[in-house]
Order: sequence, then structure tokens, then C-alpha cells
Amino acid sequence: MTEEATPRPRAGRDASLGAVVGKGRQVPGSKQAPGLYVRAWSRFRHDRVAMFGLILTMAIVLFVLAADFISAATGFNYWYGELGAQFLPPFSEEHLLGTDTNGRDVLVRLSFGGRVSLLVAVLAGVTTLLIGGGVGAIAGFFGGWIDSLLMRLVDVLLSIPGLPLLLLISVLYQPGPLGLAIVIALVSWPGVARIIRGEVLGRRHADYVEAARVAGALDSRIILRHIVPNVVPLAIVWISLAIPALILAEAALSFLGFGVRVPVPSWGNMLEGAQDYYARSWTNVFIPGFAIWLTVLAINLIGNGLRDALDPRLSD
Amino acid sequence: MGRFILRRLIQMVPLLLGITFLTFAIVNLVPGSPVQRIQMNPRATPADVQRITENLGLDRPWPERYVYWLGDVLQGDLGVSLINYTPVTDRILNVLPNTLLLTGTSLVVALGLAVPFGLQAAVRRNTAFDHALNVITTVLFAMPTFWFGLLLILLFAVKFSEWGLPSLPVGGTRDLRGESGPLDRLQHLVLPAVALAGVQLASWTRYIRSSVLEVIRLDFVRTAEAKGLRQRAVLYRHAFRNAVLPLVTLVGLTLPELFGGALLIERIFAWNGIGRLAYDAALSSDYTLIMGTVLMFAVLTIVANLVADIAYALLDPRIRYD
Repeated sequence: MTEEATPRPRAGRDASLGAVVGKGRQVPGSKQAPGLYVRAWSRFRHDRVAMFGLILTMAIVLFVLAADFISAATGFNYWYGELGAQFLPPFSEEHLLGTDTNGRDVLVRLSFGGRVSLLVAVLAGVTTLLIGGGVGAIAGFFGGWIDSLLMRLVDVLLSIPGLPLLLLISVLYQPGPLGLAIVIALVSWPGVARIIRGEVLGRRHADYVEAARVAGALDSRIILRHIVPNVVPLAIVWISLAIPALILAEAALSFLGFGVRVPVPSWGNMLEGAQDYYARSWTNVFIPGFAIWLTVLAINLIGNGLRDALDPRLSD
Repeated sequence: MGRFILRRLIQMVPLLLGITFLTFAIVNLVPGSPVQRIQMNPRATPADVQRITENLGLDRPWPERYVYWLGDVLQGDLGVSLINYTPVTDRILNVLPNTLLLTGTSLVVALGLAVPFGLQAAVRRNTAFDHALNVITTVLFAMPTFWFGLLLILLFAVKFSEWGLPSLPVGGTRDLRGESGPLDRLQHLVLPAVALAGVQLASWTRYIRSSVLEVIRLDFVRTAEAKGLRQRAVLYRHAFRNAVLPLVTLVGLTLPELFGGALLIERIFAWNGIGRLAYDAALSSDYTLIMGTVLMFAVLTIVANLVADIAYALLDPRIRYD
């Protein structure tokens, strides 16, 4: 009834996806080719640049997870500042990365701030994917007036520049870090909705979907077994390329003073506090920005690698 | 052609309605009202509050208020600032030329560098030049716009003047002391425009590289080569034109990002534009002013996309626009 029940050359990606999704229903005696994700991982593993990105990202994640240990080891926390010890340069006796405007240890703040920045970005990414993926799938699968209505909404949101809109919402509702992630997601979902819609629309009349339908499969089964598995690689690639953009969005908003609010540090608001004093301490401006840049770079490299590994059609 | 433009103009109407509705809804669904500020005044009696609420029309349901507000917006009246009661429309129009100058210049800078570099990278594929450019664009692409701007200030203003080198001004659109000639305006424009162009420069260079690589594989390029045309002629007359065309649409689609970047860059460089206006309005919780700037940014985006569509239709003879 479904495509994995009939043995056929496992060359195409749909066929091999069947191998991943429907492991239990293999035709006895047929030799199983490695699945899409296994092949993708072996491609990814040989991509040196992408692996570099992965290792760099893991190092950054370890650094922000270790915030409490760094705090305990150095004896500083992110909120208490020694007013006599402002603007100390890096490699001062106790402060490895120096101190900020209020005499707080930059290393500890960088670690805690990174935790907030990454958490907001990942949360916003997942929420964006849920909203955008859901809307895109509904629009693509059902078509008709639902599709038109949702896509007009997408058009409207895509033509409002995101940052001014974020600024407006953030001023009105003054969200905390968690709310901020949701607000960013509410502004960023249309892009992915459009991509997912296109993919679902293309699959809706694919032969194997028609076959399943003829065989009497319900909509829910078609969506879950035949459409979703095909959209997942695209969603993985999308989220790995979107998280850097979301990190930048949070940083931009916090940098303007309307994102994560003090005293909770984020890489963006650390820059905000430092920018007026760059003549006194340029390292305070350099360090948080460098952290943002390095993280965005590392995850971008992973994203490019995943794109090449999962779907060569998307590569440039 | 006239019909095509007309149709695109008509398509803009629901889009604009949607944008105004959304902006209005966001602001008006917040619990609380502007009258609360007046209620805090100990000398305001309940009758005063009642009267002001009615005068402001806040006793009406919000869909009704939207219709009234939309009527005003359509006549070019975006209301008055909640802080100093200046007309929002005037304040936006006053600084609009500055924002257009900044975004326009960085657009020209980004395109002016991205097109030749992307083309060269494609032609010299897998050479040292290509690899170097790949590294540079990757590095630049990950750069947060505001950090890039701050680094430019750090280097060209702070450090250059420390080292006794000629430094560039980093605040405002012109020198406020005395005469401001074109040279002075240009000096003020350089750093913010470059800062704003950075990210777009990186992504467009990559785009053109891959686009050219795709086109030079096609049959008509082989035909041109088989005819015995010189490589330059094939490249510039045949391949290049087809490869660069999609860029028109891409530029149109990137504009919201560019305006978002302008907000940050105007803040950093004290550039007196719409972005700075939005930032100042946000600082003082001046909702009508922020709403006005959001609408203005959206309108600029739509108009620019319209221009991009028309330009595309004009440039590409394969597009039929009737």
C-alpha cells in the first residue's frame, strides 16, 4: 500500500526515506541501503568546514553552560560590580577579560549573557518553526481559500521591516527573555511558512501521495507518513540557517535597549552598555560583539554543511 | 506595460490595508490606555477623565476607531506625537531624505562591489581569488550590523585620531558648525553607508557567484562560445545579463532587512533619519510616532518592491506583462 512495501531501486530520496521511516516493513531478503540521515551524516562528517563549525558551536555551548562554574571559580557574579574597578583591561590580575562600565567581570557576564542569547534564539527558532511550519503545511495541503488567506497574511508580515515592528511590540509589551523569544517568533514565522508551503504543495500531488490516497489513506496518515518526513530535512536546514539570524535579531533589539533588559546580561545589551565608552575601553565593545559574530559564523557553517549534506539541490 | 503597473498598484491596496490593520491592532490590543497617564494626575476629576476619553474617541470599540484612524492615514495624517504633540507626518517627512540617502548609498556601494566581485569569483572559480573571497564573505556575512558599525568607529575615528591619522566624523549627517559643503556631507556618509552595506555585500556577492556559475553551464552560453565569440563578450553580453537579472528581485526582497539595519546604524551614527526617529520614539514610549515609522518603513518596502517588479519586467523580455 505504501511505497516502502514494493521493492524498487533505492536511489531516490523518497525511497530511502522509506527505509528510515518504515524500518519494520522491509521486504524480507532485500538489502537495505543506508538511509537519508545516515548518508547525510557521512557527507557532513567529511565536510571539514562544517565540522569546524560544529566543534566551534559545541565549544561555545559548553562555555555558556559553564557560567555557574566560571562564576564560582572566579568569585564574581554577573550583577555585582566593584565601582573602584571599572574599565579594567583584559588580563588584569583577577579579571581575565577585564571589567565593564560598572566594574563587573566581563568573562562571567559573557558566559551568562551567552546563555540568555542562545536560549532566546533557540526558543524563538523552535517557536518560529512550529508556527511557520504549521501555517505553511495547512496552506499547502488544503489550498483554496485557506491558502489564499494565510499567504496574504504572510505577504503583509513580510513587507513590514522586522526590526521596527519588534521595537514597537517590545515597547508596548515589555517582554522578559521568554516573552521576547515568542515575540521574535511572531515576527519571523512568515518566511518559513512560505518555504514549507511550497514544499508541501509540491508533494501534495506527488505520485506516492496519490497512490496512498487511492489506497484509502486518511489525510492524517498522508500528512504524517508521506509529507512530514519529506519536509523534515528542509526544516532542519532552515532552522540551522535561521538560528544565527534570530541570534542577531535578539542582539539588535537588546543592543537598542528593548530586548533582554538589565541586569540580566545578553550579548546585545552588553554592547549597549559599552558603546558610549568605547574611547575608554574598546575591549568592552569588541568582546560581546566578537562572541555574537563567532557564534553566528559557527552556526552558519553548520547550516551550510547541513544544506549540502541533506539536500544538494539547495546548494549554491 | 501601463496595465501591468496598474494591476500591481491595485494589488498593493489589500497589502496596505493589512499592514495598517495589523499595526493598529498591535497597538490597540495592549491593555491600558493613554488616559491612564492623565488619571495619575491628582487634580484630574473623574469627569475630566471621562471627557478626555470621549474627546479622544477611546470610548468607541477599536474596530470603529480603526476606520476613523485609517481615514486620517489615507489623507496623510498619522496623528500627533504623544510626547510633544508635533504632527507625526511632518516629523517623518523631515528626516525621510536622510534615510533615503543612507540606504540608497549603501545599496549602491553593496551592488557596485558585489556585482564585479561575484562575477570574478565565478569566472576564476576555485582559484586563490575565489577562496579568499569566500572567506571574506563568510566572515562579513556573520557580522552583526551594529558591531560592524562600532568597529568602523573604533578604527577610523577613535584609533585613527589617537594615531594622529586623519579620522572620519561619526556623528550626524553634517558638520553643524558653520558651512556644510558636499565634501563634508560625504565624509559623514562614508562610515554609516559602508557599515550598512557590509552584510548585503557579502550575501549578494555569493548570490551573483552562484548565479553566474549556473548560467554559464547553459546551452546558449555554449552556443555563443561555439560561434567563436571572445570570452569577454560571452561573459558580459550573454551570461552576465541573465545571471544578474534575478538580483533585481532579491534586492527588493532584502529591503526590509536594509531598513532594519538603517535603524541600528542611524542609532550608532546619530544619523537623523526615520530609524533614529523610531528609536527615540521607542525610548519615550511615543506609540503614535513608532506606528508612523513602522508604516513608513512598510510603505517604502512595498513601493521599492513595486519598482523592482517593474524593473524586472522591463529588463526581461521573457516576462509578459499584460
